[in-house]
Amino acid sequence: MLLVVEQILNGLQFGLLLFLLAAGLTLVFGIMDLVNLAHGSLYMMGAYFAATFVAWTGSFVLGALLALGATLMLGIVLEYTALRHLYGRDHLDHVLATFGLILFFNEAVRLIWGPAGLALPLPSWLSVPVQIFPGIYYPAYRLAIIVVALAVALLLYLGVMRTRVGMLIRAGASNREMIGALGINIKLLYTLVFGLGAALAGLAGLMQAPILTVQIGMGENILILAFVVIVIGGIGSIRGAFLAAIFVGLIDTLGRAFLPDLLRQVLSSAAASTAAPALSSMLIYLLMAIVLVVRPEGLFPAVRR
Amino acid sequence: MKRPPNVQNLVAALVVAGLLLLPIYSLLTGNVFALTLFTRIVILALAACSLNLIMGYGGMMSFGHAAYLGIGGYAVGILAHEGIGSGFAQFPAALAASAIYALVIGALSLRTRGVYFIMITLAFAQMAYYVASGLARYGGDDGLTIYKRSDFAGLINLSNRVQFYYLCLACLLGTVVLIWRIVNSRFGLVVQGLRSNEQRMQAIGFPAKRYKLVCFVIAGTMCGLAGALLANNTDFVSPAMMYWTRSGDLMVMVILGGMGSLFGPVIGAVVYLVLEELLSQVTEYWALIMGPLLLLIVLFGRGGIMGLLASRS
Amino acid sequence: MLKRMSNPPHSGGCPVADPLLRVDKLVRRFGGVVATDHVSLDVANGELHAIIGPNGAGKTTLISQLTGHLAPNSGSVWLAGRDITNLPAYRRSALGLARSFQITSLLKDFTAADNVALAAQAHSGHSFRFLADARREAPLRRAARAALERVGLAVRAEVLVSKLSHGEQRELELAVALATKPRLLLLDEPMAGLGATESARMVKLLSELRHEVTIVLVEHDMEAVFALADRISVLVYGRVIASGVPSDIRRNEEVKRAYLGDQHVATLHG
Repeated sequence: MLLVVEQILNGLQFGLLLFLLAAGLTLVFGIMDLVNLAHGSLYMMGAYFAATFVAWTGSFVLGALLALGATLMLGIVLEYTALRHLYGRDHLDHVLATFGLILFFNEAVRLIWGPAGLALPLPSWLSVPVQIFPGIYYPAYRLAIIVVALAVALLLYLGVMRTRVGMLIRAGASNREMIGALGINIKLLYTLVFGLGAALAGLAGLMQAPILTVQIGMGENILILAFVVIVIGGIGSIRGAFLAAIFVGLIDTLGRAFLPDLLRQVLSSAAASTAAPALSSMLIYLLMAIVLVVRPEGLFPAVRR
Repeated sequence: MKRPPNVQNLVAALVVAGLLLLPIYSLLTGNVFALTLFTRIVILALAACSLNLIMGYGGMMSFGHAAYLGIGGYAVGILAHEGIGSGFAQFPAALAASAIYALVIGALSLRTRGVYFIMITLAFAQMAYYVASGLARYGGDDGLTIYKRSDFAGLINLSNRVQFYYLCLACLLGTVVLIWRIVNSRFGLVVQGLRSNEQRMQAIGFPAKRYKLVCFVIAGTMCGLAGALLANNTDFVSPAMMYWTRSGDLMVMVILGGMGSLFGPVIGAVVYLVLEELLSQVTEYWALIMGPLLLLIVLFGRGGIMGLLASRS
Repeated sequence: MLKRMSNPPHSGGCPVADPLLRVDKLVRRFGGVVATDHVSLDVANGELHAIIGPNGAGKTTLISQLTGHLAPNSGSVWLAGRDITNLPAYRRSALGLARSFQITSLLKDFTAADNVALAAQAHSGHSFRFLADARREAPLRRAARAALERVGLAVRAEVLVSKLSHGEQRELELAVALATKPRLLLLDEPMAGLGATESARMVKLLSELRHEVTIVLVEHDMEAVFALADRISVLVYGRVIASGVPSDIRRNEEVKRAYLGDQHVATLHG
């Protein structure tokens, strides 16, 4: 029972992290029509920056904030120098160009930080277990991730739905030319949106850093999951991304935790040990395949433009 | 499509001649490394040609093509591991497995288009990668060593470098000829028409999905052949063969050489891999140069190398 | 799948016994906008039926639902007694429905001859042939040549579509549709953007074709419409407000009101 609750919370936490990543991707794709494969690299940079700044300043919170700012800056610089030239081009061009960026980032990180990964230790006040229900304890840090991610999701929702800037973003998503015609500085808007996406990715990366090792290529693995979330959640929909991300996070975590045991009940032990890891990793993709068969436009697509 | 201009033909002929004569150069100079390098180049050129069929001619941007390298490779590796060493069993198995995978993945992925198609093919390829990583019996992450190359009962000895090279080259040239026939056939015209204007093709009576799926399966099967050859070349298979960056490499080769041109992918593969080799000898951090280079190619190099040559003639 | 049933009872418009095309209460919404508002009409075998209406009336939306490129929200479409409402576009093409597009929609990387030959190929057996050179298939090339001669483009057969003039592309659209040997030709503004001579040529061509194939013609060019049409339906804001022979339409008050302020009102008073 304890294990189930813990795994559910883990799944929720993973799902929320995926949402942060997917939200950034969808925003950038929805508004600038830009496919950014290097989004995972920004996630990685968030983690690397966090590990570095926390070591420099000695303070976890300060290091994290600096890392967030650094990733934001990096995103803005990237957009300004390289990515803005891709707007309006074929998606294939985006894929190739950002693929080149991934290679560049991975290599640059290897040059600066070396091929071995980094570790980001947690301060003691975050390592304690917290009692959430009577008798059920959960690590404080993971709880913090859930809280922060939910807060960011709420802020995102309010920001996009309730503010003038958010209105511009939504309008820009549905009619780029008109926004430009209204005299609004669209270049600045795009840069800011990209920066926001980068910050979201960086936040996900730095939050995940203490839990997983910080290493080269960490961005690519999770980027694909973010794609899966977007496909399942639906075209252009942040709400869909949220729901799908939670769903995917839960399925993946619970699947990996409980599938091996489930399989052992049905198959022989040897077969189960062979099949279990492979099957667990496949779960998400099977889910995506089912969604594709039943509802190719996603489970919660935004209203068609 | 229109007949290719002479410069392109000349370059293609030169490349073929070069590839045919390479083992002789290698024997004369004692440069064995060149032979092994170009064996790998020829195999990957085959893979790139198969990707060009769906991307360049069919307009289907698949970012998961490296999966077939893995599937074909693992078919050989797994059968070898289980004691079935005959190439007459391994190669057909590689082709069949690739075809089935392509059929299933294609049927699912072709329900989407554009960037979603790209994402989904990417996701499925990564799924294959993870599945292979989870196969503890066959090495998992560490991969599987192949102790004995595919046995063709004396017809050809794959352990002989020169023979193996010529086998790979024959497969490549055979594939190029096959693709040439296909793209000019009824089927090929339909596929190209679908790339050009799918709505128009539906309006005149072609069921689009059917033709795209068959094209997808053909391309996947061809790449499975490349995978089987690759496994023999490295005497080793691992999930890394299918990692998504390999799919990206293949895409780059196709685009660099010139999408939708018959010989483009071969040229693209040669240039890309030779460049990679040269750069890595110059600096350990060659990807630092390769990355921005790709960016520049995308921004300024329309139509790849073949396109560049076409505009000269 | 395909149902062979008798036509549904007709509602509104001008009923025809045993029509080639019957549209029954077709509805299509886009968000809050009703682009097709319970449209019903009949097209008799062998007639040339024109659909006119001010801009934004929903003519192309209607055509797209007839050809299968757009699914209606409700209502049905019948071709020669068969319910084709849920059939995809390529199935309708096989049943003899052909279309030309309002915005030229050709295969730009191919020659004119290739475009037409492909249309002929679609109706000449299956295309799962992988080795033989399709451009050497004499029957297809002959059929392509015939269609091109029909529209007067034979001399431009080997020219890339991207290099053809706008007028030639409109003629090619027609040739492509003809190559599928249709029973029913749906033409969406074939004269859009044509000059005077080209328009006259197109009108002459259509007047010849009307004896061979049933035509539904969507057009803005009133001279052409009144010269060619056997019957006219008028579409305004997605609704058919009048349907009948040209002389009736000319006298119809509602139609005049719909066009009031439009430059074509002068023609209607003629």
